[in-house]
Amino acid sequence: MSELIELTAAQAAERVRAGEISPAELFEAYRSRAAADECNAFTWVADAPPAARADVSGLPLAGVPIAVKDLFCTEDVPSQAGSRILEGYRPPYTATVVQRVLDAGAALLGKTNQDEFAMGSSNENSGFGPVLNPWDRSRVPGGSSGGSAAAVAAGLAPWALGTDTGGSIRQPAALCGIVGLKPTYGACSRFGMIAFASSLDQAGPLTRDVTDAALLLAQMVGRDPRDSTSVAFPEPIETPRAEDLKGVRLGVPEELTGEGGGIEPGVRENFEATLRVAEALGATVSPCRLPHAPHALSAYYLIAPAEASANLARFDGVRYGLRVDGSADLIAMYSRTREAGFGPEVKRRIMLGTYALSSGYYDAYYGTAQKVRTKISDDFRAAFEQFDFVVTPTSPWTAFELGAKTDDPLAMYLNDFCTVPMPLAGIPAISIPSGFSDALPVGFQLAGPAFSENRLLGAAYALEQAIGFDGSAVRR
Amino acid sequence: MLDRAQVLHVARLARLELTDEEVDRMAVELSNVLDHIEKIRELDLEGVPPTSHVIDVVNALRPDEPAPSLPVELALRSAPEPLEQGFGVPSPGATS
Repeated sequence: MSELIELTAAQAAERVRAGEISPAELFEAYRSRAAADECNAFTWVADAPPAARADVSGLPLAGVPIAVKDLFCTEDVPSQAGSRILEGYRPPYTATVVQRVLDAGAALLGKTNQDEFAMGSSNENSGFGPVLNPWDRSRVPGGSSGGSAAAVAAGLAPWALGTDTGGSIRQPAALCGIVGLKPTYGACSRFGMIAFASSLDQAGPLTRDVTDAALLLAQMVGRDPRDSTSVAFPEPIETPRAEDLKGVRLGVPEELTGEGGGIEPGVRENFEATLRVAEALGATVSPCRLPHAPHALSAYYLIAPAEASANLARFDGVRYGLRVDGSADLIAMYSRTREAGFGPEVKRRIMLGTYALSSGYYDAYYGTAQKVRTKISDDFRAAFEQFDFVVTPTSPWTAFELGAKTDDPLAMYLNDFCTVPMPLAGIPAISIPSGFSDALPVGFQLAGPAFSENRLLGAAYALEQAIGFDGSAVRR
Repeated sequence: MLDRAQVLHVARLARLELTDEEVDRMAVELSNVLDHIEKIRELDLEGVPPTSHVIDVVNALRPDEPAPSLPVELALRSAPEPLEQGFGVPSPGATS
């Protein structure tokens, strides 16, 4: 059993294909671990493997189980987006990216806990309790895809789907010592993803290694007629094989890695060491400029709440989920349902977004933020004329203690300092585990131009091989 | 700095019946966040076009082909008050 858990998803698929292990045996190995989860990573676990399909071993994902973030609609399975307002909701349809991976042979193992409506960086905003970091259960796993990250790190799932709006895949991946990729905006369909901020949200893989990330992403991408912002990926996603970084130019943005970001000394030390590893592999490392990046967080905390305030208007006690005080008048029913169903962070962001969009403030806040967004895209475009990738620590900190930042929303938002600029520009970025600081994992982030996923995965793979991160200690 | 009246106005727009304690806390927390965010208004953004979409997509159209809709009973399955093939809601004029 433990030997099965030590296989990466790609290795497990290979064994199934070779007839050495059965999909049912693999599923049960993970199902029993997920059902005994002590990190509160799951909000629902399947009680049996999916009905046998003809020759699943012939499919690309060969029956390998997968954990799916709660906010992906999955037919007849609880899909609550971490919110009490959707408690028990079982959608009548399945999100496109979930359907794609299931069609490619993956088996739905469970749904993972998350910050409510993906709003958070610590998973403490879940309506179903916080997720614990498998490396130290007194600490947070990061968020908002904290359940997905913890499940993969702890070996409760071979891999997982998450979503990233301002860092919600990359930051928990970094804090849990796994790989997380946010694809180019539009690469993956958003159909069936319970929306947070529609111009930023992207689905992506959380995996044990870079090879698994490529294998899963390959099945996720593609245009979907049901999401008009989705686009056909210009090339197939390939298995990464790069052995070195010869000729690769890495830019280190001063604005994100200087004093302003508040990067912990241990994280900084690891980041510098990782840059030396990259140089040893043949990369050149030089400073680069992203002059508007320090303003990305401000733009993000206007744009995302503004879009959220509109998206979350649908939770009103009429079509699904909670209803409170059905005998009141209509407006009172709406207002009481939302007051009872939403947690404090969601209310805070709805309020912030409603204010930013309200009459007289729209131009000053939302309009200004959208212009800053243009400047941030321009900054990246200029940087990519001289560099292949921009690199930063994924998170300024390693996993912090539960409760350490819950009293100060602004301090919590600073978690996203290095991850927010990329979604504002719509570009892809990957976080890989790059070592430890005080026995806690540290993440290294690489960002590239739109649709550079293959090159990004290649560079991440070369680094991964050279770093040799070992996360097996928390899979026992 | 947001005052109580402004918080209550925004809460009304957002359809949130906040408690008194939440109104007080929200005034402080939102003011702190807005103070930080305000910095972007110091930037010179004269003539900069706002981003409406990050990826170059123009007129994403699909063929207009008829297809079956979600069956009514399935659409109503999760409704708190399914009513005569529709969603039951309190009267807008009812008194609470």
